[in-house]
Amino acid sequence: MSKVAVLKGGTSLERQVSLRSGARVEDALERLGHEVVSIDVGADLIERLRAAAPDAAFIALHGRDGEDGTVQELLEILGIPYTGSGILACIRSIDKVLAKHLLVEAGIPTPEFFAFSETAFRQLGAADTLQAIEERLDFPIVVKPASGGSALGIKFARTAADVPGCLVSAFSYDQKVLLERHVAGRDLAVSIVDGPGGPSPLPIVEAVPREEDFYDFEARYEIGRTEFICPARISEEHTERAHALAVAVYKLLGLSGFGRVDLMLDEAAGELQILEANAIPGLTETSLLPQAAEADGTEFDALIGRILELALEGRASAAKV
Amino acid sequence: MARPRSTTRDLERYAGLFASRTRVMKSSAMRDMMAITARPEVISLAGGLPDTSSFPPETFAAMAERIAHHSCARALQYGPTEGLDEAKECIVEVMAAEDMKVDPDDLIVTTGGQQVIDLVTKTLIDPGDVIIAEGPTYPGAVPTFSSYEADVVHIDTDSDGMRIERLEEVLDRLAREGRRPKFVYTVPSFQNPAGVTMSVPRRQRLVEIAHERELLILEDNPYGMLRYEGSPRPTLRSLDGGVYVMYLGTFSKILSPGIRLGWVAAPPPVLEKINLGKQAADLCTSTLTQLLVRAYFDEGIWRDYIESLNEIYRARRDAMLDALAEFFPRQAEWTRPGGGLFIWVTLPDFIDTTDLLARALRENVAFVPGEGAYLDGRGRNSMRLNFSASDEDTIREGVRRIGEVVAEQVALYGTLTGDDRAAAAERARPRATPPESSGDAAEEEGTARVVPMPRRRTGEGRAHTS
Repeated sequence: MSKVAVLKGGTSLERQVSLRSGARVEDALERLGHEVVSIDVGADLIERLRAAAPDAAFIALHGRDGEDGTVQELLEILGIPYTGSGILACIRSIDKVLAKHLLVEAGIPTPEFFAFSETAFRQLGAADTLQAIEERLDFPIVVKPASGGSALGIKFARTAADVPGCLVSAFSYDQKVLLERHVAGRDLAVSIVDGPGGPSPLPIVEAVPREEDFYDFEARYEIGRTEFICPARISEEHTERAHALAVAVYKLLGLSGFGRVDLMLDEAAGELQILEANAIPGLTETSLLPQAAEADGTEFDALIGRILELALEGRASAAKV
Repeated sequence: MARPRSTTRDLERYAGLFASRTRVMKSSAMRDMMAITARPEVISLAGGLPDTSSFPPETFAAMAERIAHHSCARALQYGPTEGLDEAKECIVEVMAAEDMKVDPDDLIVTTGGQQVIDLVTKTLIDPGDVIIAEGPTYPGAVPTFSSYEADVVHIDTDSDGMRIERLEEVLDRLAREGRRPKFVYTVPSFQNPAGVTMSVPRRQRLVEIAHERELLILEDNPYGMLRYEGSPRPTLRSLDGGVYVMYLGTFSKILSPGIRLGWVAAPPPVLEKINLGKQAADLCTSTLTQLLVRAYFDEGIWRDYIESLNEIYRARRDAMLDALAEFFPRQAEWTRPGGGLFIWVTLPDFIDTTDLLARALRENVAFVPGEGAYLDGRGRNSMRLNFSASDEDTIREGVRRIGEVVAEQVALYGTLTGDDRAAAAERARPRATPPESSGDAAEEEGTARVVPMPRRRTGEGRAHTS
């Protein structure tokens, strides 16, 4: 059995969710017979990792530092194998702007968008382009910070007057934001775990918000506020296509170990559109990946064991570079 | 072994088992963000914590010793639901200090003041019943009202507290709709979160209205004795004599929140129902801490201790008001509390304080976003700042950091709306701190990651994969 450092908490806005993911992972690892070293990620991370000298690190962090390649870089330097994706895949997926550009280039459908840095507005007069963008995208327009795996800071601008306030909000989270065409339809999530034959998509989870007109941050993590349906109530053809698209995104971004790709099914057009990919999706009781795995017959402990095994085998890390 | 869960519904384990009221029991992104505020590097102006560090440990030791020697077995035993006579004697003394006479039989000792809010709501509210509350109201009451599925109607406040003429309008409207509110929840003195205090004429009128319309009032008065200036105002209960006013008191702010002791004084028929509710909730309040309070009052220093707290808090309030004047942009407004623990700041309406909190946390400073003080989605451009839990230098630094991110957002909005005059004026505004404004600082920091656009032809964004 192995000695595993579980990295959780940290200072990102998703600290709370990460603590819950981490605690659950720790329990699973202990049940599997591993020795667990629990680390709330902070200034003493390196010191604690050196002292613990684990066989592997299980990264249960979400958002900044944990999901953006920072912690992965440190683990590479220390030579500690770790779960999930490598540095480059993390950098690609945490940044929705970068990820969407890669999707567009690869011909994978994603809602039309325009992105700005704060500097563009402050120094380059980008505000003058807003009207043209608004005409191009139609209202409502989705305004998002470029990074962050949760829905924090995501706003709907319903009129032109809403746009500046939405941008100010989005810039609270990141120096880069995007304005995106709103896709009305079904909210789908495809979780993926690497199997012997490559990335293997799990049954699709559909999120149906109970009240709000949007699947927001609060609902996403709260039992009872969003109804999750699995497998999603979509045609076999759409299921197959969603699986194929998600795997294509997973490969394109270079994700490994596990991950989740979020899509919208535009019902009017009958088209699937990729919203984003998450390198470290939530692992809490209400998170989608563990639920999808369970619906597929894989219990949580087995899932965690599998993810750790990939890290230890170095199979995941082979794909990291 | 995996349980077969092939059904397409209720993917979430337990989800089908929850009571429907849990759907309105809101957690929030804000609460999740609050997890970060607990980190030591964060200056938190978010909590509502009294400064317990000023409590003399030797007094605490003497109190504990007295209990150990004189009433050990009793302190470790269950007690009556309504509370111990010893604790009630102390409560009578505290209420007398605020000019209220109360019969100990009209009291129930509770597990903190929060339990009173819960028990009163449980006693009076069926789903859909109306509760009237100040707007903003105590954020801690919000989840309680939600969990009983109350329909909360907020009444605007100004510097004289709840606007009673608005209350009358709302009561008339509700009457026309055939709805009768069950009670008015108010914190009349040094309100949490707004820091404002209800004027005497408004207090008198509110009590009159209660009598005219046979409407109960829940007067929540945790801060009445934390007064840093001016003269005390009569409590609603003293004006009403305990006919329609249910009075909530607590030892949390005058002694310690850790002992979890509060109380309710209410008309006997209401009290009886509250008592039944309390039996169901927790049988009785901690005997140990009730005896601790008695021992503390026997030390004879409780009023001196409040005086010492008031001196500490007065200086902290002044430090916060000074810092706000110095560091907040002129578009911001705030209340000037004569006591209590909080200042309420209102920003231009294009700033969402929940998002602002995310930005502020990057500067390691925290506050409570205003949306938590309303049940109707208002308050999004306001924030609550606490001044009791930090020393003056920390308060000053915390307010400086928040002021900087607010100024940054004001300037950015000016840029986005083309109203650069506002932004320019903001930058030019003289400050006591080094000359560069937050806007400039952000620019220096800004990377050159300018994304080129436009770069796609129509339809390309929806290109197909092969």
